[in-house]
Order: sequence, then C-alpha cells, then structure tokens
Amino acid sequence: MLLKHTTPKEIDRKALTINPAKTCQPVGAMYAALGLHGCLPHSHGSQGCCSYHRSALTRHFKEPVMAATSSFTEGASVFGGSANLIQSINTIFTVYNPEVIAVHTTCLSETIGDDMTAIISKAKDDGFIPEGKKVIFCNTPSYIGTHVTGYANQVTSFVKNFSTSTLKKKNVVNLVAGWMEPSDMREIKRLAKEMEARTILFPDFTDVLDAPMDGKFHMYPAGGTTIEEMTATGDSKFTIGMGPYSTEDACIALENKCKVKFDMVDIPIGLKATDRFLMSLSRHANVPVPDSITADRGRLVDLMADSATNLYGRRVALWGDPDTLIPLCEFLVSMDMRPVYVVSGTSGKLFDVRMKEILKDIPEAKFKSGERADMFLMHQWIKQEGVDLLIGNTYGKYIARDEDTPFVRFGFPIADRSGHNYLPKTGYNGAAHLTTQILNALLDHQDRTCPEEKVEFQL
Amino acid sequence: MRKIAIYGKGGIGKSTTTQNTVAGLAELGKKVMIVGCDPKADSTRLLLHGMAQRTVLDTLREEGEDIDLEDVLKPGFGDTRCVESGGPEPGVGCAGRGIITSINLLEQLGAYDNDKQLDYVFYDVLGDVVCGGFAMPIRDGKAEEVYIVCSGEMMAMYAANNICKSIAKFGKAGTVRLGGLICNSRKVDNEANMIEEFARKLGTQMIHFVPRDNMVQHAEINRKTVIDHEPTHNQANEYRALAKKIDENKMMVLPTPLEMEELESLLIDFGVLN
Repeated sequence: MLLKHTTPKEIDRKALTINPAKTCQPVGAMYAALGLHGCLPHSHGSQGCCSYHRSALTRHFKEPVMAATSSFTEGASVFGGSANLIQSINTIFTVYNPEVIAVHTTCLSETIGDDMTAIISKAKDDGFIPEGKKVIFCNTPSYIGTHVTGYANQVTSFVKNFSTSTLKKKNVVNLVAGWMEPSDMREIKRLAKEMEARTILFPDFTDVLDAPMDGKFHMYPAGGTTIEEMTATGDSKFTIGMGPYSTEDACIALENKCKVKFDMVDIPIGLKATDRFLMSLSRHANVPVPDSITADRGRLVDLMADSATNLYGRRVALWGDPDTLIPLCEFLVSMDMRPVYVVSGTSGKLFDVRMKEILKDIPEAKFKSGERADMFLMHQWIKQEGVDLLIGNTYGKYIARDEDTPFVRFGFPIADRSGHNYLPKTGYNGAAHLTTQILNALLDHQDRTCPEEKVEFQL
Repeated sequence: MRKIAIYGKGGIGKSTTTQNTVAGLAELGKKVMIVGCDPKADSTRLLLHGMAQRTVLDTLREEGEDIDLEDVLKPGFGDTRCVESGGPEPGVGCAGRGIITSINLLEQLGAYDNDKQLDYVFYDVLGDVVCGGFAMPIRDGKAEEVYIVCSGEMMAMYAANNICKSIAKFGKAGTVRLGGLICNSRKVDNEANMIEEFARKLGTQMIHFVPRDNMVQHAEINRKTVIDHEPTHNQANEYRALAKKIDENKMMVLPTPLEMEELESLLIDFGVLN
C-alpha cells in the first residue's frame, strides 16, 4: 500500500495541503505562451523555476518545451532582476530570434517587486528589442491562484499587447481556448471549419505540442496563433471564451480594449457543453450547424444509449481544473453516472455554484475547491465509501492502485500515459472517445476481477 | 566576543552614536568590528574618514562569490575593522535579502573567526525591523545584545517599542537580549526621566543619556567621530562614558513591550503635562 497512512476520518486542517490538486502559476503562463507562433516563454526568476515548469510540460506532452530564464543569483535577488532580464532579452533576440518573448514572473521576482514595465521599456530604450519584435509580460506569483490563473494571465497579456481595433469589423469570431490539449483544439478547429465559420483561435497548441516527427528540430514549431491573427482579434465581430477560469479575463480585456462582445461557454466536453458551444458559434458566426456534425452527435447519443447499462449509477471520483471538471461532471450525469467526489485546487465561487447545480440530483455528492481540496481529502472520501471509477491526472494513480479502482487519465499532468495530446476529448467525437475510455476501464476491471462464473462473453 | 546590534528609528542617530561609541571602545584598547547593515552604506564613514568603501554586495555583484575578506574589510580609526553590507538602490530589489546574503558571506569568509581576536562586533541596522532581512542580525545568535537608540519623541519611542517586540519574539527561541536604551537627546522636555521610565516599563535601563551638542555635527562634517576630531571636548567624554557603560553592562533582559495606550499615557504624564 503506497498510501497506507490515509485514514477515512477527516480532520479539520487549516494550514496543511497534502498532495495538492494544482501546480504553479508559471506552468500555465509558460504553456499558454507556447500557443503563440514564434514565441519564446521567459521565466523571470531562478533557473530552478524554469527547469521545473519546462519539465512539467515536457513530461505531459512528450515534446521538447523551449523556454528561457533570467537565471537569478543571490545578487539578482538583492539588487533586482533588471540587469538579468535586459541581458536575457539581448541574448535571446541575438541568438534565438523569436518573434515574441513572453515573460512571466516567479515568486522570487514578485516578492522583491521587480517592475516589469520599467525593465522592458529600458530594454527597448537600450535598443535590445529589434524592430517588429515584441516583449510582453504577465505577473504570475504562485502564492496566489494556480496554474489556471497563470494560464489566464498569459492569455490576457496576449490581448493587452496585441489585439488592435482598426474600426473595420471583420466577419470573424474569436475563439479563446481554455486549458485543453492540442488534440482538443484540433477538433474545435475542425468543427468550426466544417461549419464554415471564420474564426481565430488563441492560444493554439496544434502543430506545437503535437507536431509531427520529421527528424528535424524546430525551435519554433509551425503552429500557434500568429501575431497577425492575434492583432486582428480586435477587429473580430465576436468572441467566444471556452472555460471561464482560463479565458474570461482575456474576453473582458478584449471587450474593454476593442469593444468585441463575448459569450462565455464551457470547454465543449460532452454532449451538452458541445451543444452549447456549437449553438453559440452558429449564432454569432451566423452559420448553420451542418448535417455532418449533427450525424456526429447522433453517433455519440447512440454510443451513450448502448453503454447505458454498464454506466448507470457508477460512482465516480474526479479531480482537476474547474474549466474541465464542470463540463465533464455534466457529461457523466447525462450518462446517468454519479460523480460523487470532486476536488479542484483552483478555487472560485463559480465552481461551487455550477457543481451544486450539476450535482443537485446526487445527494451523496461532495465537492470542494481551493487549497485544502487536495488528493489526500479525495482519498479520505474514497476510504469512507468507495467509487467505481477515478478520472483525473496522473497524481491519482497511487489511489487507483491502493483501492484497486479503474482509472481514466484526464487533465494535467499526465506523465505516465500517451495519446492525450493526439486524441481529443472535445466535441461529439471527443465525447465518444471519452465514453469509450470510461467504458473500457470499467469493463476491463470487471472482466479481470469478477468471479469465474460471472465472466460473460458479451457485455 | 560580544556581539551587539544597534537599532532605532530612522534618522535618530544610530550610525553616529555607534561610531562614536566604537571609537570610545577602541580607545579602551578593544578590538572592534563594525558591520553596517544599511543599503545607504554610511555606517563606517566617520571611522574611515569618509573613505569610500566597497560594500560586500557590490563586491559580490561585480566579482561573483569568490571574494576575499580583505576586499570588503577596511581598517578604520583605532584599528577598528569596518564592513558595509550595502544593498540595492532605493525602490529596487530586496534590501532585506541583501543583509542576509551579506552576513552569511562574512561568516563564510571567517570575519568572526577566533583568529581575528575580536572583542566586539557591532551591527548598525537601518531603521525599523520591517522584514525578516532586517531581523537577521538578531537571529540565530548573531547579535546577542541589542541597544536601541531613541529620544523623547513619540515616534522614536514607538519604533523602540516595536523593536522590543521583535527582540521579545526572537529572544524566546534564541540568545538575543536587550542591553538598554541609549537616549540621544532631542531636547524634549523632561526627556531623561521619561526615557528612564520607558526603559523601566520595558524591563530594561537607560544606559546613557547623550546630550545634544553641535560638536557632533562639526565632527561629522570633518568625517570624524568626536573622539577623533576633538578628543578633549565634553561630548567626547559622553561617548567614552557610554562606551565604558556598555563594556561593563551586565543587564541583559527579554523586554516587555508596551501597549499603545500605555506608551501614550507615558508621553502625557512626562511630556505634555509638565
């Protein structure tokens, strides 16, 4: 037993988090920065921060993640990081030649109070930022918020730095992507294309973190929202934000800056959330939903009906980020499953409100968000009364093993399985893929553990 | 070796009092090291006769961590050993971290080692204990005696009281104790009596009352301590007396800081109403 000390009895904790269901702000900021074409993320702090954030992303995507660091030393901590960042900017543009450097701060540079605006403007005055290139920044102190906050801050910084209104509105809808996989974005782009809607997706990780192997190293992969596209978002007629925790700030910034109105929907995971996304896109891009997509939907409903006997009433425990947990739980409920335990390290009233609504017919359901909503609490709940299925990131594997519970990996990070960045969970096809994964996990476990006389050829 | 930290409100005369007292101790034949813990790096100016000194942190920044003690330690009046921590320019970086870095580095370089045969180390610390860095000299047994420079002015006493709070806190777990209040007179009414009473309430003593005298400014303009500049002047004798009292001081206490109301009533009883 790896977690043999976990007890069912909950003790009121005030100052202790055990196995948090979240990570650092800069991980999110660095991730989002990779969704801008030709952008090099830059961590303004000590080298260790940058190394950790890069490796957190690399072990999830199994792709190289390039990022630079201000390499704070003792001296930089005392005298401020200005000299280091200015030197970094000079070196980066001279040696690595990105289009944009997206700087995010760290706990150390935040605590000593480095003035990012002043430092970057000094780098510009000193002539270290070549014509046409750009250095942007966002503040990501990790003692506030989580990786989701960092992601949201970076996406907002894209809007603040690039989105420009020329007063000539274009028949384009902006799609602001919440924290999702490149595969999820590829599916969303496919849906938009099939609908013949003109869209700009940002950030865009397709062909960045799922780039094909061609035997060559690409410092800046082919994908990512281009600067031209990002600039043009200010002229779009509408914005759809997918996932309020990771995109609402950016949508509000875009509305304030360029008067582009927005609609906030969930990340299109599952039947209903995909319905809402497609209806919003259809309405605001003024395009019909084509029969091909309706057929996709029909196939998903068919699969859900076929699987109903095996999914009905199954108790599920989930952990991860609010923007994915909300539509995911909704989807499970629409398949008559019972999401009984839900934790998220990222807190917020909206999560509580939405969860309460989604889980209103499951009186035994417990959910919690924030610092004390950790994997330890999740395990304690499971000890009190077990579940049939776990859905979450790799940090749940110890619970899955100890409790001998089927486990579907979902979220960030997934460090011990592959394919999450290639096979989507969004849209109707993604939902079908997710349903299959859930079903396989449950039935594999059943086939492996049921008494011999109960083994059935057909399930 | 006695390890002493001097605290007090900004502008109260910590650096001037420290250097003049150190000059007095040096005259008594004591071997003293003075560590300036203020980003302004003006804690050793009078002992070094204004000689510009490279601070520990400047040296660290320019030369990396491969530093020799001689790079940062300069001999001053009466063979005192003078070090300035230094720090960032105002509004940038982290001065508190600077003090931590600097003191750690001095320890690594062996500035306090037995072979230096020091009788005293003085830490001259900037203003209030605003963050962990400025408490560094009284943590981990670095300084074991604290003297607070104050006057009969409200804010000076308020600051002194605050400093007592941190001594009480660090002293519980560590070895730091309060040695006394040094009253650097501002010619406030009834000043000596009030500070004596204040000291009594804190559980300590007013170790010396340093009268206000223009000679101090004269000496400062000449970049010297009074003892150095005008050894026969009465003010020089005041500092000698303070040095002697510190040398002989045995009264080390954990202070009992006052509540705000108590402090205010003290001012009313001794100051305003008389």
